[in-house]
Amino acid sequence: MIVNEQVAVDHGLKKAEYAKICELLKRTPNITELGIFSAMWNEHCSYKSSRLHLKKLPTKGKKVIQGPGENAGVIDIEDNDAIVFKIESHNHPSFIEPYQGAATGVGGIMRDVFTMGARPIANLNSIHFGSPQHKKTKNLLRGVVHGIGGYGNCMGVPTIAGQTSFDSSYNGNILVNAMTLGLVKKDKIFYSKAAGLNKPVIYVGSKTGRDGIHGASMASASFDEKIEEKKPTVQVGDPFTEKLLLEACLELMAGDSIIAIQDMGAAGLTSSSIEMASKGNLGIEINLNKVPCREAKMTPYEIMLSESQERMLIVLENGKEEKAKKIFDKWNLDFAVIGKTTKSKKIELYFNEEKVADIPVNTLVENSPMYDRKWKKAKLPKKNKIKKENIKHLKIIDVLKKILANPNVCSKEWIWQQYDHTVMGDTIQKPGGDAGVVRVHGTDKAIAASVDSSAAYCWAHPLTGGKQVVCESFRNLISVGAKPIAITNCLNFGSPENEENMGEFVECVQGIGEASEYLKFPVVSGNVSFYNQTKDKGIKPTPAIGGVGLIKDYKNMISMDFKEVDNLVLVIGKTEGHIDQSLFARNILDEKNGPPPEVNLFNEKNNGETLLKLIDNNLIKSAHDVSLGGIITAVAKMCIKGKKGINIKKPKYLINEIEYLFAEDQGRYIIEINKKDFKKVADIFNKNAVHFDELGAIIENELYINDKTKVTIDELSTSNKSWLINYMSK
Amino acid sequence: MKSSVITFPGSNCDRDMDVALKKFGFRNKMVWHDDAELPKSDLVVLPGGFSYGDYLRCGSMASKSKIMQSVINFANSGGMVMGICNGFQILVETGLLSGVLLRNKYLEFICKNVFVKINDKKNKYFKNVDNEVLEFHIAHNEGNYFCTNDQLKEIEDNNQIAINYCDENGKIEDQFNPNGSIKNIAGIFNKEKNVLGMMPHPERMIDSSLSGEDGSLFFKNLINNLK
Repeated sequence: MIVNEQVAVDHGLKKAEYAKICELLKRTPNITELGIFSAMWNEHCSYKSSRLHLKKLPTKGKKVIQGPGENAGVIDIEDNDAIVFKIESHNHPSFIEPYQGAATGVGGIMRDVFTMGARPIANLNSIHFGSPQHKKTKNLLRGVVHGIGGYGNCMGVPTIAGQTSFDSSYNGNILVNAMTLGLVKKDKIFYSKAAGLNKPVIYVGSKTGRDGIHGASMASASFDEKIEEKKPTVQVGDPFTEKLLLEACLELMAGDSIIAIQDMGAAGLTSSSIEMASKGNLGIEINLNKVPCREAKMTPYEIMLSESQERMLIVLENGKEEKAKKIFDKWNLDFAVIGKTTKSKKIELYFNEEKVADIPVNTLVENSPMYDRKWKKAKLPKKNKIKKENIKHLKIIDVLKKILANPNVCSKEWIWQQYDHTVMGDTIQKPGGDAGVVRVHGTDKAIAASVDSSAAYCWAHPLTGGKQVVCESFRNLISVGAKPIAITNCLNFGSPENEENMGEFVECVQGIGEASEYLKFPVVSGNVSFYNQTKDKGIKPTPAIGGVGLIKDYKNMISMDFKEVDNLVLVIGKTEGHIDQSLFARNILDEKNGPPPEVNLFNEKNNGETLLKLIDNNLIKSAHDVSLGGIITAVAKMCIKGKKGINIKKPKYLINEIEYLFAEDQGRYIIEINKKDFKKVADIFNKNAVHFDELGAIIENELYINDKTKVTIDELSTSNKSWLINYMSK
Repeated sequence: MKSSVITFPGSNCDRDMDVALKKFGFRNKMVWHDDAELPKSDLVVLPGGFSYGDYLRCGSMASKSKIMQSVINFANSGGMVMGICNGFQILVETGLLSGVLLRNKYLEFICKNVFVKINDKKNKYFKNVDNEVLEFHIAHNEGNYFCTNDQLKEIEDNNQIAINYCDENGKIEDQFNPNGSIKNIAGIFNKEKNVLGMMPHPERMIDSSLSGEDGSLFFKNLINNLK
């Protein structure tokens, strides 16, 4: 095939980018080379629109062993233990083919983690669907949940937490973000940097097929009417092979054979080989005839661009080939020496004894395009005034039941019951709480993880929204008694070529950066997913934050279920009555405008750290952060989980009852304490200048408000649990 | 007491079982599916997971593994063989236990706590368990036990049903059946009651921080019965 500008454009490259390729090579690329450039230079792999802004994120910290730039981030959890973790999007494939799209998303992120030598110990996910009324939503939800479960369950890695939301902005672009945590010894972490000359380059895992060719390019474009035609670009997952690959890799890693290892994810053999060469400042030579292929007559172009799953590339020490091969034979996996490292600093490919590609590595990586896209700064919307006549007729209990049954608040048990969340025997906090918690096997330590996003806030004001998500992650970890350590982010946005969408990205990233800097909660890994749009309409900006924290003694873990009648319930943090962008405003008043709640980083840090102090002093019986639906929703969930009631008394603030109960002011938690500890607790709050309210005491079975209105917890529980089950069984 | 846990390609509860057995005093060995001989054992366990990816039919390929001949001989000579979840599916495929395990009635993977009623205590697995009802944990996609009427009659006549799904008071009703199993069957024995297959995972219930502790009860009792 003759390569020209049109062929390049068909590969998703811009005309100027094609011109730059010709200039860098000082010639016209052949078709294989063009394919390689298009794979490396697309948005998904090159981060060309986002790199400039991602640089501003705080990525360092005392506990950070490895920040962004590797397969995943690594943090220190003491005693020579480290946690490897990352979140990644698989949005586009999941919309086209929900089961396989979601399954391979989970498979891909687990590979990123075990590539670094870590055994995966927990999976999480953040999934977002269109309006429940949209005709595609139900099938997409079912397919995605089956796909996530199908892969994770088979791997034997528990899925311990997640987040599911519905919003019409995802009607044409669902989001599927998968996160994995792995455990590794600090001195046995593996990296992708190749080193040494003439070292054998090894291919292991599944055979290469024609699936997923140009998957990464597909993920770098918007959808239109023809998306169905893109089905063949979705990869097909085989969790069984991945389980074998995991065990084989960990077995090989126990020895000293590996110099560098990299999984073949987006852009397959292309990006894995180039990344290893680039990091090692070396060249790599590959004989494509040696690559194990599933189908006959695959061309170099297809072999290089295939995104067949469950494959790894390894640079071995010389002479270790036999030993390594034995391990992969034992696990029935392909093993082939396909090339070697060279000093050429080029990627050189041979096929049928002919050189089919010859590209300097730096042209693909350092010289890849980087854009300073135009972006529009968002204005802070004006506050709405709640009109008295709009809330006069509302009955609090009715509103509460409606909110508990709201698709974005309701119990997601139908989803997480389909995920094996107890395999590995260390899950001590199951899905449905503030964060999932797993023990570090055989120790007293435990790791807490949660994943959060707040698209409504980010849409209303990206800067505030960006900050808020990080704070929510911080709060969720603290609520289970974990000290927050670091985050991973999955930045889901519309087109970077649209000034408003780009503005949303820039300002959300700024917000994330400010909050993570202030809270000392650095970003150690992440992924950007642009072009989440159909035709001209982008999704609401949805940065998903995966937070990880440490509990030193797992016996001190906190859960949100109310524990004991007569215990006192307090609210940490001041309630100002911010209703704009709350679930109450959007779903009960039908008011979509207005600013999100303000984020006060000082209060976030101070309130959170003070709560951790209380937990350390064994003063907290249960805790839950206040988020969607405000204080009363948070309290109702604690009642439902604990099968207990409460008598709520509104403090004598100036704001009215509705504002007090449904406002979504930030930096707040609900806690349960023993009556006799009240003075001690109050002293600690006062000493640390933390505002708190006394909300009421725990009783049996019923929720009272100011002694008058009441509802049984069973009723609330039914409202909370039935929506999703009914929806899915209809 | 010596135990052996077989690891098939795709087994993923093998470590959990190893941890549980050791916790309650077994000297456990992990045995690779491609080995020919079982080490000397008082108990052999086929663990949960997705042996061979559950491709073809759950447990069918694992039932043909090299080690399985040795396991079958061991069972036929009266040795204690326990299959959990995928292990149950494998035992059914070998013919050591009758019936089959179909996909769950609602076609969804289920991971949750369930109650099971012990149907028969005249065997080494459940003898001396004080409780009538245990809280166990299930995690499976194909746990819907099915057999022919003749097989069912034989199982019932010989009292081969080990445990049935029930509520916390031991009531065995359709509404407490998580997967559509015939007669709420959660586990069965062979005729001699030395082979047990069950869907629930007692190894996930061995610590108060986990889903519960009725698994501890089961293992403590089991090792005492084997002594």
